[in-house]
Amino acid sequence: MAGALLEVQGIVKRFGGFTALNGVTLHVKAGERFGLIGPNGSGKTTLINCISGALAGYAGRIVFDGGDITTLPAHRRTRLGIVRSFQIPKPFTSMTLQENLDIPLEYAARERSRDAAADAAAILDSIGLGAKAHLKPAGLTQIEMRKLELARALAARPKLLISDEAMAGLSSAEVDDILAILFRLNEQGITIIMIEHIMRAVMRFCERIAVLDAGQLIAEGTPEEIVRNHAVEKAYLGE
Amino acid sequence: MFSWDLLANAVVSGLLLGGFYAAVSLGISLIFGLLEIANIAQPAFVVLGAYAAYVLNNAYEVDPILTGLAFTPVFYVLGAVVYRVYYESFERRGDEALRGLVFFFGLLFILEVSLSLKFGVDYRLVQTAYTKTSIEFGGVGIAFRYLVPCVIGVAMTLALYLFLSRTFYGRAIRAVSQDQQALRLMGVNPIQIKTIAFGVGIAAASLAGALLICIAPVIPSTDRDYIGRMFAITVLGGMGSIGGTLVAGIILGVAESFMATFFGPSWSLAVSFGILLIALAVRPAGLFGR
Amino acid sequence: MARTVPALIVGLLVVAAGIGLVTLRVNPYLYFAGYVILQYVVIATAWNILGGYAGYVNFGTPAFFAMGAYTSVFLIQSTRAPLPVLILAGGLVSALLGLGIGYLTLRLRGVFFSIATLALSIVLQTMIMNWEYVGGSRGLSVIRPSGPPFGNYVMFLFTVMVTLAVVAVVTARFIERSWVGRGLAALRDNEEAAECMGVPTLRLKLFATTISGFLLGVAGAPFPYYVTFVEPNSAFNLDYAVNALAMPMIGGTTSWVGPVIGAVLLGSAQQLATVTISSEMNLFIVGIVLVAFVVLAPEGLLGLVRRLRGR
Repeated sequence: MAGALLEVQGIVKRFGGFTALNGVTLHVKAGERFGLIGPNGSGKTTLINCISGALAGYAGRIVFDGGDITTLPAHRRTRLGIVRSFQIPKPFTSMTLQENLDIPLEYAARERSRDAAADAAAILDSIGLGAKAHLKPAGLTQIEMRKLELARALAARPKLLISDEAMAGLSSAEVDDILAILFRLNEQGITIIMIEHIMRAVMRFCERIAVLDAGQLIAEGTPEEIVRNHAVEKAYLGE
Repeated sequence: MFSWDLLANAVVSGLLLGGFYAAVSLGISLIFGLLEIANIAQPAFVVLGAYAAYVLNNAYEVDPILTGLAFTPVFYVLGAVVYRVYYESFERRGDEALRGLVFFFGLLFILEVSLSLKFGVDYRLVQTAYTKTSIEFGGVGIAFRYLVPCVIGVAMTLALYLFLSRTFYGRAIRAVSQDQQALRLMGVNPIQIKTIAFGVGIAAASLAGALLICIAPVIPSTDRDYIGRMFAITVLGGMGSIGGTLVAGIILGVAESFMATFFGPSWSLAVSFGILLIALAVRPAGLFGR
Repeated sequence: MARTVPALIVGLLVVAAGIGLVTLRVNPYLYFAGYVILQYVVIATAWNILGGYAGYVNFGTPAFFAMGAYTSVFLIQSTRAPLPVLILAGGLVSALLGLGIGYLTLRLRGVFFSIATLALSIVLQTMIMNWEYVGGSRGLSVIRPSGPPFGNYVMFLFTVMVTLAVVAVVTARFIERSWVGRGLAALRDNEEAAECMGVPTLRLKLFATTISGFLLGVAGAPFPYYVTFVEPNSAFNLDYAVNALAMPMIGGTTSWVGPVIGAVLLGSAQQLATVTISSEMNLFIVGIVLVAFVVLAPEGLLGLVRRLRGR
């Protein structure tokens, strides 16, 4: 499909007897702000795990930037430009914030950076964590942890950034804070897939939204279309 | 040097041995299979149970099975204490990968060396009415010292299966391995459930140890023979499947028996290790696993 | 690279000091005991590359050590190869062993690797016991080559072990400070996150397992000439398993310094103790110390020092 940065074709993923994803097909255009929503247990994180390569053993095809990445391991996909942040932050606890960013700068980079320390410092500054660059993650607040997740993902120089519930549990002001960062990143050319439960953020941010329920895609369209969609309403609220 | 008699004997002893192996692996099937705690000290607890049976048998001629049963509550408490220490020191801090594992290894080591210090390295065995007798069945000799542990082993497997599927705590234990959050929402404390599960797992070692010393004499380092076997059975049977443990135990028992009959007894450990590696490489979920 | 050159110079100085110590011809027992302690420096350092840097626990140290020793025995019996060849061969065989076990189990959870290594020692010991060519369960006598440097073979082995210890420590330090070491630290801290940040975790784990195996084999290769009578129970001794864990745990697992401190402290203590208490009691105490450190001071002495300094 022309203009599609990411194409997901017919993904089926089973865990023993349980089918988590039952033939999901969607595409994300380059530069787009794409939303993925659905009730708990609908398969959003499973889908993201399949796309990022954290999960293997699924049926279907994934095409990124024109190349078939279906069988690539996760670290190769990251190098190609698919980067995800984790729902529950997973910082490298024995390292400082700066060193946390050094890892993707060193390993995920498509070109060697000339001054990794400066790059790391710049990213941390841009996201508001510059002052804590030489501290370890142990002392960070909730929102700072989330920002670190995003900063680390940025250090991997993503073409496609998958933000997995980066705003869960944050206050209204904190949500705006993260949202502003994501908008800025998108302006710099990064395609963003946002998985969120906070509807206000999803509606404001996303240009297009896909809705997952029980492992299947039940709706796809603009925020306005999704809000008016009966199937979506049923999935979230029941009959 | 092949004969049908030899084959039949190999199969029968394998089946009987398998029942025993299942009994010995029940504790690990629960602790590692369901709770996913790599308690590599489990074989040492089994050997501890064997020595307990030995002491009472040697001093007061108590039947080892009785000792095994009598000490079950003691082992339960021991298991609960061990889990609490493990939880406070490692699980709570998220450190169980490296340090928790080393902890259990240290425990295995301390238990083995303590037994060595107390009892020395001579082989210890029990004397009962049935350790020397056997019956004939269609040309195959069945020794009671194999038959009794096998029967009790199967009974233990059944008992544990019923416990896990029919009782509240049993079902809670199954649930804790799948969804701790849901348990909490129901007002059940997952830590308490895991303590109970670990306690039951170690309690099983008491009776398993008694069965062990019925089958063969023990020395402190006998625990090393069973590390490979226990984990091979748990992986092959499928993590968390009690029925799978029995099936895998029988498969291992028969495989070892064949190996011992036709190639010599020193290769039996290689069998369990081989099965473990093959299971891990080909189907880590096991025969009946999730 | 600039930081490695001073380290290499220090290493060479240490080797020179070792040789100097030998020419002084102090109490011969020193060389026997010193050999064992230095051997443990290699073992603890090797273990730590996989255990401390990557976070994957190897319980089968005796297997790798003994394979180094028995590769030597095999080569001594068949070709009378010189010591450097024995050392390289022993290292290579154990490296392959590490690679093999790693390849089979490292794609699964770390605990399966550990369980496999635990079972490995026992199985390999059984197999060696059945191999008559290298002595089987009865063991084999090995005759030391004649005309060793310094006139005394044990003193010569002492200098060899000093060199091997330096090689091991320099290697560990080099890895620790390189991009490989940083990748290993990331995968130790959080393997899933590391993989998603571009770290090729499987490849790094296999690398660590292979290097660790290599160094353990290297430590075991001179063993036949040291003991002159090789039998499976001493080559596969559980001592190696528990010390390989205890020494880095006591010293501290995150840096190359920890295993060295642990090996020197615990090794010396054990050498002193063997003359006063039984070997079982010795093992018992090591076990207690191990568990105590793991529960109470998981970051070892280095960690305690760090905390005292207030970092």
